[in-house]
Amino acid sequence: MGSEIHDKFGRPLVAITGCGLVTSLGLGKEANWSGLTQGRSGIRGIARFSTDGLRTAIAGTVDFLRPSPFSAPALAIAMAIAAGEEAVIEADIARVGSFPGPLYLATPPAELEWPQRKSLWDEIGESEAAGYQRLLAAARGRKHEDMASLFQFGSVADHLADRFGTRGLPMSVSTACASGATAIQLGVEAIRRRQANAVLCIGTDSSVQIEALIRFILLSALSTRNETPEKASRPFSKDRDGFVMAEGAGALVLEEYASAKARGARVLGFVRGCGEKADDYHRTRSKPDGTAIIGAIRKALLDAGVEPEEIGYVNAHGTSTPENDKMEYLSLKAVLGDHLARTPVSSNKSMIGHTLSAAGAIEAVFSLMTIRTGKLPPTINYDVPDPEIPLDVVPNAARDAAITTVLSNSFGFGGQNVSLVLSSP
Amino acid sequence: MLLKRTEAWITGIGLVSSLGEGVDAHWQELGPHVAPTINVDDAGYAPYSVHPLATVDFSRQIPRISDQRQMDRWQRIGVHAAGLALADAGIAGKPELLDRIDLSIAAGNGERDLVLDEHVLEAMEGHRDLDGTLNHQLATGLRPTLYLGQLSNLLAGNISIVHKAAGSSRTFKGEEMAGVAALEDAVRRLGAGQSELMLVGGALNAERKDLLLNLELGASLLHGGYRSVWARREVGGGMVPGSIGVFLVLEAPGHAADRGAKPYARIAAVASDRSARGPGEAAVTMRSLLEGLAPVVDDDRPLAVLSGASGVEPATSEERQFLQELKDALGPTRTYGSRLGHGIEAHFITGVALAALALSKRSFYPPSDHTESAADTGFACRQILVTSLGHDCGEALGLVEAVEERPRG
Repeated sequence: MGSEIHDKFGRPLVAITGCGLVTSLGLGKEANWSGLTQGRSGIRGIARFSTDGLRTAIAGTVDFLRPSPFSAPALAIAMAIAAGEEAVIEADIARVGSFPGPLYLATPPAELEWPQRKSLWDEIGESEAAGYQRLLAAARGRKHEDMASLFQFGSVADHLADRFGTRGLPMSVSTACASGATAIQLGVEAIRRRQANAVLCIGTDSSVQIEALIRFILLSALSTRNETPEKASRPFSKDRDGFVMAEGAGALVLEEYASAKARGARVLGFVRGCGEKADDYHRTRSKPDGTAIIGAIRKALLDAGVEPEEIGYVNAHGTSTPENDKMEYLSLKAVLGDHLARTPVSSNKSMIGHTLSAAGAIEAVFSLMTIRTGKLPPTINYDVPDPEIPLDVVPNAARDAAITTVLSNSFGFGGQNVSLVLSSP
Repeated sequence: MLLKRTEAWITGIGLVSSLGEGVDAHWQELGPHVAPTINVDDAGYAPYSVHPLATVDFSRQIPRISDQRQMDRWQRIGVHAAGLALADAGIAGKPELLDRIDLSIAAGNGERDLVLDEHVLEAMEGHRDLDGTLNHQLATGLRPTLYLGQLSNLLAGNISIVHKAAGSSRTFKGEEMAGVAALEDAVRRLGAGQSELMLVGGALNAERKDLLLNLELGASLLHGGYRSVWARREVGGGMVPGSIGVFLVLEAPGHAADRGAKPYARIAAVASDRSARGPGEAAVTMRSLLEGLAPVVDDDRPLAVLSGASGVEPATSEERQFLQELKDALGPTRTYGSRLGHGIEAHFITGVALAALALSKRSFYPPSDHTESAADTGFACRQILVTSLGHDCGEALGLVEAVEERPRG
C-alpha cells in the first residue's frame, strides 16, 4: 500500500517543514540545541516571585521574554509567538500572518492569579462586602475585560490565531503533561483525513506561578535541591527526587508530504505515528503493570508501521520523579525487549526541566534535531545510576549517532499517555 | 473541501441538569405535552441567577466515596452524566468496549477552594510581608488532592478511573468552543475511521462564586433576576449559568449495528469558524457556515433550530440577526438556554443531545415563553440545526438528523 507519498496503510505521509523553540536555555532552535548538546542546564532560582518558606525555590523559567503587563497567559502567548514564528518562517509556507491551515494548541490551565485577585480585593473597602462578595462587588464596579481575557481558555488561542492568521476555529487541548504531543497528534490526524494540507501545532506553558508551584510541592512531585539548581533534575539517577517545573514553547508546521513536495518545501522529517492510551488506575500514578504506557508506545509503533527494532533513540518523558522514570523504563523494556539494551534513551528534562503542557511539542522538536544533526543530547546529572533502571541514558555528554527513527514519550496526570514516532526524510 | 455527510450515530445520552436526571426526565420536562417549568435560583447569588442542579444521587454512578472525595462538583456532575450515557448505550460493564472507547471532552477551569481564597485575602490585609503571608497561607491551606479537581483533564481522568472507559482521552478547552471542538473532532475521527466508538461530553457546575467572578469580570452575567434569553437585551443582556452534565456515546454505524445498538439520531455535520467579532461579523460567519451545510440540509421543509444563544450581548443580537435573515428557511426556533441555563463548555453538546432526543421522538419542543413562536408546535422534524455563537468568540453549527433505519424508541 505504501508509496512515495503514502505510508504503508495508504494514508498521506505527514512531513515536518518547520519548527521553533523557546526554553529556559534560550530563544530559537540554535541557542537551544547548542545548550542542550553542551549539557547546559536552564534551571535556576526563581526570581519572579518570593519563594520564602517554600521547599522548592527553583525552576526553568523563561525570563528573557517579559510581556508587559506581565501575566502567565501573556508569557504563554509571547513564547508561542516566538516559537511559532520560527516554525512558520522555516517552513516558508506563507507570510507569518496568513497560515494556510488550522491551529492546534496545547496550553496550561488559565486562572485568575493572586496579583489580580489581590488588586481586585483592594479596589473596594471591607465595609461594602466580605469574602467573594467583595470580589464580585469590585468586579461589578468597573469594566475588567483585560483581566477576564487572562483566564478565558479561549483567549490564548484567539491571540495566536489572530497573529498567525490560521484558518477556522483554533483548537486548544489539555492532556496535562502530554498536551504538546496531543496537539501534534491532532494535526497528524487532520492531515491524514485530508481535512488540511498544513497545520500549525504549538505547545506553550508558563506555569511557574506561586500557586501552581505550591500545589506541585504539596503533591511531593518537585525536586528540593535548591542549593544546586542546575543539578536538581536527574532523570534515571538513583538519587532523583522529583521534577523541576519549567516554561517554554515548541512549534511545528506539519504538511501533507505530497503538497509540501509540490510547493518545493524542504522536508525536515516525518511524524510517522502517534499512539495514545488512557490509564484507568489512579489520578497521579500509572498502573503498576504499566499496561497503559505500554499500550501508548505499542500503538505508536503500530500506527507508524515500525518494528521495535527500528527505534534508534528514545526521547524519554524522563521527569526525574522516582515513579515516572521507573515505570517508563519497565514499559520500554516490555515493548522494546532486548533491543532496549542497544537503544540510547535520554531526557531533555535533565537540562530544561519539565515544561508541562509544552513538553511534548518541545521534545518533538528536539527529537527531530537529534535525527537531523546526528547528535544525541545527554541526560545530565547522571552521577549515581539507578541499578533498577539499566539504560544507556547518554550520560552527561552528548555523542554522535546516526539515527533515523525516534520514539518520543509524554505522560501526564489523569492517566494521559501519548507517544510519537518521528523519522528522517 | 466538499462536505460529506458524516455517519456518527448517537447511541447513548447521559444528561443531568436543573430539570432532572436522564433523557426520560428531560423529555417529561421539556417535551410538547407539558407547561414549561424552570428551575432557577434568583436569590442565592443575587444579583445573578443560576439554574441549580436537580437532586442527583452521585453514588449511583460513582459508588466509591473515596472517588467522590477526590472530585470537585463539576467532575462529579460530568462523571455521573458519562455513566448515564454509557449505561444508556449498553456499554457500561463491558470491558472490551470500555477499554477502547475514545474520550473527547470539553472542560473549563476547575473549582477553587473559596474558603481558602477568602482566608488568604483576609490574612494578607494589614500584613506588610504580602509575599510571605501568601506563601505561608497557601502552603498550609491548599489541599493537594483538590489540586487534581482543578485540572481540566481530570474530568476525563476520573471517567477513566470510575467507569473504566480508557481508549484515548482528549480534553478540549475554550468556553463554548471547547464543546464544539470536542464534538467536531469526535465526528471527524468517526467519519475518517480514526475511531469507531466515542464518549463525548462536558460538565458545568454553575453554583460557584469563582465561576461567577470570572464571568462578571467579562461583564457576561445577567443582573436583576431571571428572564428568558430573548428578553434580556433590554436589560443589557447576560448569561444565566446552568449546572449541566451531558455525555453522548457516538458510534460508527457499522459498529453500532454489529452490537445491535439503536441510534437516537445521527450527527450529519459539525461546522465551526471564528470571526473577528466586529459588528455583524458573527452573523455573517454563521450564515456562511449554514451555506456550507447546504449539501446535507433537506431543502423540502423548514429546518428546526435549537439555539444555543447565551443571552450575552452583542453575541445574542448577532444570532438574532442570523436567525431573522433566514426565517423563511427555518422552522421553529427553541432556545434551550432559557430552560436549562447556559452550560458554557457543555452547552453545544447539550443542544445536540436535545436534538437527538426530539428526533427519536419524532417531535419537537414547545416554546419557552412568548419570545418564541407557538405557531409551529407539533412540528415533526427530520433535521435539527443546533447553533453555538460563543459568548466571547467562535461560531458553530451542528446538524442532527433522524435515522430511518432501526430507530430507537
